[in-house]
Formats: sequence, C-alpha cells, structure tokens
Amino acid sequence: MSVTVLLFASYADALGASSLSVDLPAEATVADVLAEIARLPGSELLPASPLVAVNQRYASTSTRVSPGDEVALIPPVAGG
Amino acid sequence: MTPLGRLTREPIDAAVLVREVARPAHGAILLFLGVVREVNDGRGVTGIEYSAYEAMAGFELQAIASEAADRFGPADVVIVHRLGELGLEEASVGIAVGHAHRDEAYQLSRWTIEELKRRVPIWKREHYVDGTREWADPAGRPVAEVHQ
Repeated sequence: MSVTVLLFASYADALGASSLSVDLPAEATVADVLAEIARLPGSELLPASPLVAVNQRYASTSTRVSPGDEVALIPPVAGG
Repeated sequence: MTPLGRLTREPIDAAVLVREVARPAHGAILLFLGVVREVNDGRGVTGIEYSAYEAMAGFELQAIASEAADRFGPADVVIVHRLGELGLEEASVGIAVGHAHRDEAYQLSRWTIEELKRRVPIWKREHYVDGTREWADPAGRPVAEVHQ
C-alpha cells in the first residue's frame, strides 16, 4: 500500500520535498513510515522521533496507517 | 457561521474579534495580539514568514477555542492566526475572550495562547537585517538553515 507523507518548514527543506509517496507493507505503522523516511538523503537532519500526525490528528509511532492515509511529520511548532 | 478558531492571510482586524465575543452577559472582554518584534535572541528582525499545515492547524485552533470555552465557561473565545509575510508591528495572532468576570477572562486568554504555542502546527521563518532567514524553534531560537 502507499501513503502520502507531508513535510513542512525545516523538514521540507531538509528532504527537498513537501510531499512524498511511501510504499509500505500491509498493517504498517507510523514507525514503518519513519523508517522509510530515514532512508532518504537529507533525513539525517531530522530528529529520530519527530512528531507525527495521521489524517490531521497527532499520532504515535504505534499508530496503524491505512492505504491513502495522510501522514505528516511535524517540526517543532512555532505559532504565536 | 465563521469558525471560532481560524487562519487568515489578511491583516487581523482587532475590532472584529472584539465584536465577535461581545455578549450582554460578559463584563470583561480581553484582546491579545501577538505582533512581530524587531529583535529576537539579540538579532535584528525585519519580518516573519508564517506557514502552517493548514487543515490540521484550523482544526486545532477550533478545538482550542471550544476547549477554552468549556474549561473556563461560560465564555466566548475567538482565535485568528495569520499566515504569509508579516512586517514589524503586524499582528500574527489575535485572541479575543469574553467572560462575565475579569479573573476568568485573563486565565482564559493566557491558557489559549499557551495551548496554541504548544500544539498548533504553524511555523515561522524569521528574516534578519543582514538578509539571512532562519526557521525559529518554539523557544524562539533559530534552527540552522538547511542549504541545498
């Protein structure tokens, strides 16, 4: 299956993209998504366990992902 | 109905926010504006560029506005965060709170801005007087710019 991974701010700069499609085995979790991202050039600039959202809600590394899900890597937020 | 928590690319109109939370039951209305400051961490700032994970940020702002009203209610809370390029003295965030009493209104205003800073997926890139620009971390300290 594949999921869309969104990148923002410094993470988008690090990986040179704001959106990626990642292929995963069935029953994958957020941890599997992060492992795939960690193989990409530029990912060494990201923390080992970035904040993650699945379908616009904060999630944990054990959160299951489904085909077509929107997984976002959230840099330290700086609103206000 | 206009969402109580929302993003905008237009200048924030403080008078509109105040009107939105005015009710006959409220004896206290507070307006908080976060504005672009000329110095951060000892460096001269000329402006700030705000960006967001818009769908999620809108959801979180709305959630904070409803939670705030539940937490210290009965209250009215409106939160607007601006995106795009902002110059000095321009407001990046506006929070209006209406409550029967001032004690709760002050608590509510403070809780709302801290919660926004803690969990709403918004980022800022500061532009400095020397022409450089860097992403700021939540403590306000710049993160080294990534050069590609």
